[in-house]
Order: sequence, then C-alpha cells, then structure tokens
Amino acid sequence: MKADPNNVLTGAHYLDGNHACAEGAIAAGCKFFAGYPITPSTEIAERVSRRFPLIGGVFIQMEDELASMNAILGASWGGVRSMSCTSGPGFSLMMENFGLGLMLETPCVLVNVQRGGPSTGLPTLPGQADMMQARWGSHGDYEVIALAPDSPQESFELAVHAFNLSETYRMPVLIMTDECVGHMTEKVVIPPAEEIELVEIRYSSKKPGEAWPFEATEDLISPMLEVGKGHKFHVTGLTHDERGYPVINAEAQAKNVNRLVDKVNKHAEEIIWLQEKDVEGADVVVMSYGISSRVVQPAIMKATKEGIKVGQIKMVTVWPFPEKRVAELAEKVKSLVMVEMNLGQVFLEMDRCAKGKCETYLVGHAGGTVHNPEDIYNTIKEAAK
Amino acid sequence: MSAKVEELIKEEHPMERLLRMDRIPHIWCPTCGLGTTVTALSTALEQLQLDLNNVAVVSGIGCTGRVAGYMKLDSFHTTHGRAVPFALGLHIARPELKTIVFSGDGDLISIGGNHFIHTARRNVDMTIICVNNFIYAMTGGQVAPTTPLTAKAATTPYGNWEHPFNLPLLAASSGAVYVARWTALHVRRLTAAIKEAISKRGFSFVEVIAPCSTLYARINKLGTGLDLMKFYHDNSVIRHGADLNDVDIDFQSKIVVGKFVDIEKPTYIDCLNEGGKRAFGDKYKPYGGGNGNN
Amino acid sequence: MATTDIRITGFGGQGVILCGYIIGKAVSIYNDQHATLTQSFGPEARGSACSAQVVVSDSRVLYPYVTAPKVLLAMSHDGYMTHKDKVAEDCVYVYEKDLVRLQEHGPKTTAYGIPATRIAEDLGRKIVLNIVMLGFFAAVTDVVPHEALRQAVESSVPSGTEELNLKAFDKGYEYGVGLKEKAELKV
Repeated sequence: MKADPNNVLTGAHYLDGNHACAEGAIAAGCKFFAGYPITPSTEIAERVSRRFPLIGGVFIQMEDELASMNAILGASWGGVRSMSCTSGPGFSLMMENFGLGLMLETPCVLVNVQRGGPSTGLPTLPGQADMMQARWGSHGDYEVIALAPDSPQESFELAVHAFNLSETYRMPVLIMTDECVGHMTEKVVIPPAEEIELVEIRYSSKKPGEAWPFEATEDLISPMLEVGKGHKFHVTGLTHDERGYPVINAEAQAKNVNRLVDKVNKHAEEIIWLQEKDVEGADVVVMSYGISSRVVQPAIMKATKEGIKVGQIKMVTVWPFPEKRVAELAEKVKSLVMVEMNLGQVFLEMDRCAKGKCETYLVGHAGGTVHNPEDIYNTIKEAAK
Repeated sequence: MSAKVEELIKEEHPMERLLRMDRIPHIWCPTCGLGTTVTALSTALEQLQLDLNNVAVVSGIGCTGRVAGYMKLDSFHTTHGRAVPFALGLHIARPELKTIVFSGDGDLISIGGNHFIHTARRNVDMTIICVNNFIYAMTGGQVAPTTPLTAKAATTPYGNWEHPFNLPLLAASSGAVYVARWTALHVRRLTAAIKEAISKRGFSFVEVIAPCSTLYARINKLGTGLDLMKFYHDNSVIRHGADLNDVDIDFQSKIVVGKFVDIEKPTYIDCLNEGGKRAFGDKYKPYGGGNGNN
Repeated sequence: MATTDIRITGFGGQGVILCGYIIGKAVSIYNDQHATLTQSFGPEARGSACSAQVVVSDSRVLYPYVTAPKVLLAMSHDGYMTHKDKVAEDCVYVYEKDLVRLQEHGPKTTAYGIPATRIAEDLGRKIVLNIVMLGFFAAVTDVVPHEALRQAVESSVPSGTEELNLKAFDKGYEYGVGLKEKAELKV
C-alpha cells in the first residue's frame, strides 16, 4: 500500500527531529495520538494536534501516560494506526501497559525522546540511558523492537518504518530517539506519497466462530481480528491460549511467552538493520546508535588518518540486538568499542556477545551532552594497541 | 429420562447468545452479586435488540474484571484500572460501537480513579457499570475506596477509618450525563437502568451494590449472601433525583438507590467536531471514526 | 569538511531562535549546503538570556554543537557577556549597538554594530529587530548568500507579515553595506 497523498507533506523542509517524527507518523497513516506533555518530546504531540483535524485524525491529550498507552492500544484494536510519545518519567509510567500491548500483540508506535535520568534528571538535555528500560522495563519475558534515529531526516523515515514493523509483526514498536535529535533542526526531504511504501496489517480472513485472536501460524504472527465483525473475540493480559482465553498454568505460559519471544527472534535477521562502514579488515569496530553514531565519525576520521583501521557499525535497530554479527566480528577484530550516552547499557550486550574473543571498550557518560569526539578518538587509539 | 426432561436439556441456556458457554462455569463464588449483574446486562442487550456485533465490553482487573471474559461480545480484559482509557481509544476509533466498561469499585475508582473522572469530564460516549462490593475481593478482602467507615477488611482489621467515596456524587460532579444506583437485588430496575445508560449519548454510570459473601460479609459478620440480599430489601430507599450529597453509604446504613442524573450534553466527539468546524469552517470534515478513510 | 559555527544570543522574546532557524534554512534549503540548528531549552528560553547555535557545513554536520563560533550575533548585553569569550580567535561580532556595550577583544576579531531596535521601531514594529539583525548579518559576513537569506526570511515569517519583514531585512542589509564601505575606506 502507498501512503495517502493527503497525509504527506512532500518537499524539502527545515524541521527538528520531533516535528519530522510527527510527519513520518502522519505519512504512515497514523490517525490516533494520545499523549501527555513532557519535555523534550512535546513538539511531536503539538505538531500532530495541529495537523490532525484536517486529515481525519484524532489527537487527545490524556490525563497521564498510563492512560495514553492504554488509549492507543484501544484505538489500535479499533483498527486505527496509533501512537504516543514521551520521555523518561512518562516512559516509566507506560511500561506496564507497553507489556499489555506486547501480550495482546497490538500494533502501535511509542516514541521515547530520551533525556538524562534517573527520575526528573535533565529534562532539557539528551541521554540514551533508557535503552535497557526499553528492553526490560515491563515485567516478564519478552522481546522488543527499538529503532534509534540519528537526525531529523531519519526521525521521519524511521517513524514510517516503525509503523511498518509494528503492522508486520503485530506488536508495539519503540523509537528511542533523544533530546539532541528531537530538538535539532535540519533539512528533511519528504518524498512523494507514492514513494512511501506502507505495510498493511494482516486481518484474519476466517469466518466468525472460526477465527481466534492468537491463531498459531507458521511465521508465529497471528492475523489480527477486527472489532465489530461478529468474531466476538476475547483478548486478555492474562496468559492465554490461541482463543485468547485465560489459561493459568505452566504449559500455557510456556507456549504463550515463548511464542512472543520467538516471533521476534525468528525474524531477527529481517528486523535488524545495521549500517556498516569499513568493517571488513578493520582492527577496531566502533558500534553506536542514534546521535552518538554521528558524533563518532570525526573521531573515526581522525584515527583513520593516523593509519588505524577503524570500521563503524551504526545500529538503526538496537533491539533485537545483532548478536550474530557481533559474535562474528569478535573473532576477527582486535577490539569492539561501544559509544553511547549512558554508563554502559547496550555495551553489556556487545560484551556478552563478544564472549571474550576480542577486547571490548565503552565510551560512555551520564548524559547531558553528546560525546566529545576527542574522548572517542582516545579510546579508539587505546583499542587499536 | 422422560421426553420432557430431554427436551429441557436440549433447550439452550437463555443467556447462551450472550455468554461464552465454553468458559462456563465461571470463577465467581456462590451468592456473589456478579452473576445477577451480568444477567442484567445480558437482558438489557437482548431487550434493546442491538446488533451484538457492535457491542464491545472492556474490563479491568478483579472479580468484576473477569466479566469481559464471559460475555460473548468483542471483549477486552485489560490491566488494573485501565479499562476506561482503553475503552476511550476503542470508542474514538469506532464510535459506532456501543462501548461498555464493566469493572469493580477498586479498579475503576481507586487505581483507575483519575481516568474515571477525566473520561467523565470529557463526556466520552461510553457506559460504565461499576460493581461495588465495598472491598477488594480478588486479592482477598482488602479495604477499598468505597469501604464504609468502621467496616472491617483484611487490611483494616480494626475497622476502616478512611472516608469512602460517594460514587454517584463523584460521577455526576465529574461530568457524567446519566447516573443511577441499584443493588443486585433490584434486577428489573437495574436492567432498565443499564438499558437507559447504554442508550444515553455520553458518559453514563451505573453503580451496582453487590454482595460479597465470601469476604465482605464474612469479615464483617453479616451472614450469608442471602442475608445481604435481605438487607438490601429492607434498607434500600428508592429516591429518584436525590440530592447526591445525601447518598453516602455508611456501614449497614440505608442505601439510597434510583436514577439520580439524566441530562443532555454534547459528547467528546460532538465537541471535537464543533471545535474543528469553529477553526476550519467548511474545510473541516466531521470525524466519524475509523481511519478517516470511511 | 569546512564548517562555520554561529551563535545567536539575546533575551527571550527577541526572536533568537527564529534568527537561527532562518540562517539554517537559508543554508540548507536555499543554498544547497548543510546546517544544523540547536538551541538552549528550558526556563531560560522563556524570558531571560537564550541562545541558538547553527553549524554550517559543505558536508553533513557530524558534531551538532557549537564550541568556538566564528560569528557571535548578540542582541542583548547579558547574552553577549555570557558568550563573548567562548569564540574563535577570528570571530566576527555582530551586535545590537544600543543593547550591547562592546568590550575589548582579541586582535584577529572584528565587530559590527547596528541600532537594530531603533530601525525596527522606525518601521513601526519593534518585533522585527531580529530580521533587521539578519539583514545586517548578511551584509557584514559571508556565511550565507544575501539572496538565500532573504528567501528564507520570506518563507519563515508568519503569512501577512512578509512585506514588513523583508523591509526590515533590507534596512539591516543597507546599514551593513554602508558600514562595511566606511570600514574599507578607513583601511
């Protein structure tokens, strides 16, 4: 399906990451947005509230983030592409019902414009310290999909991509951006609607009485059921069977939870999106995501000039983590370096997957500003020894 | 077996059209008020002759939260306290559906209290059926925001010393356009109230005082479920249009029941469209739900 | 990868951020280069001193923050005092003459002042002071071509105010051209 031209602001714009993200969601056909104001994410909500009335969408400012998350799940079950945005404190409040979204296998997009934490932290300054919360913040076992844009342009593109992933895999998808990207203004080129490819969710073609909301399929992705069509289906946050009926025992739990986890893991190779540069033959590979993946580049250029063989992996998707690729590289390189605006979160995953086959380094700090390229350069030099 | 008995066995359960018979028996205790309340809703839906494909039930967590699992309708069993905002999203996406939230006092008014008052304030077109048994039953009888003063609960072993909410007053002052209270004893009046509430455009609220014999009655030595029904019989005072400041429920006091509020007010979607027209004039296309494509 | 860092500073309500936005837009939309705008957020953006930073580059901007700007555009004394020493050694100071009391600066720096508030008041709207500053900036520096900046002003201001704003831009530009000619004559 192509994007609806009525929704797409084709052309070159000068936009910040938050506005661009809103435009991406709108281009992807998002027609319901429930949110609660929180710095530094609010511009997404503001833009959506301005744009929706004339394109048949509904923006609603909810009483809190708990309500926002639930409202988008309800709207998604009503067949409408839905999203919300927030930042750290609100993300914490959304975690319980992000879990409900995973359990009910409800497509929707949630944007976290990360700021410095914990608690109120640094509302107006950037951080990347919610990455493990994105991975493990709700209770129970599950897998997530999380994307990290590095610019306003990518904020637009990844918003479209996030909706496509959520419709493909029938699950909530996270966009883990940050204050720097959210509030940074750059040129954003929005393509014509016919160049924006959208995935449509698969609805069950079975007749009422024969279709179940969590029908077992070979690809582990159950077709969605539409409300109001006579299916009279039931879904619950309790552990459930294919029919959506609660079953409270270990066997049902194993089946239910393993399928949720396998649904992502078995499609990991399709979902994972890495942008690699000069990785073949490199002694040091620098991994990073979001804004950090831009700031590493001056450091890499400087090190390369000095004859160090440095490659770069930009993780467009952070979750699921590229386990295989890291394990493969660990056998070949001297060192892997993770650059992130936290005190070592995704680094732990990289280190785990390297299994001691190479040195691993973290260039991290507690947030508040992007990295000083000099710090990254120094670590690359150390890592090349 | 006589032919007559066989005929009776073949005959379907009167509520079969509305219940998931493959999930019966339910988990509720004998003499719980929930069965009666579910029957009242089912009867109301039958009598209204609604297309049942266009009715959705949303519940939260707790004994009452399990209602969604037994109704043969599109039904959503959400998280604790969040049935109302989930239902709000569903309603906005599909305004043509009748959206009914069926949940308990603790779920709707304690953990979900903020959502309750704000959704009433917006006058979102949905019906809330709140089963008030004065206690957290699913978790074993803890105090609730509706537990009467001095009543005992698992976490108020010396008697409750917190003021409870007066639910009809809370609903009305938050913006509900229809407010009624009945007990599980008043089956016909309750059914009629649910019918009115479902037919009402806007945020409608029906409080159902229901016996919890296993916990509330036992802890407070009030006898059996039947004793509680007798109590409702002897102590309910029907007072339509009562001053809502006077409908507080004290421990084993008179219970004022009736229809308290029935007014007209533009709904959330009416107001949304009004705002759109005000801002954009003829350029604005009224919102009718769905993806904006229909 | 030639980059030019610009910092714009003033107090809330003067249009500091819009100034940065217009410079960035002129560069990236109308001059086919790259420009990244960042700004200080928070309470300071709603009243007292605030600032916007633009990094201009021939290729993609990799480091988004400004460290030692080549141009400091100052519309308030407070903002000027805060940032005046954190600049490149050949910094060009572009300042509002009536609001900023210029201090001593390094030998390689230059400074151009304009009574932008008075000019804006003469045009009938004090609010266009930032656009007068932009016109002046176009004349006394060579970061952004005059025509690109003028186009960006036109497409960025609220509709219905284009004429006034372009007039403000042109006034600032003329003042700057005059000043530069005088400065060159002196040399």
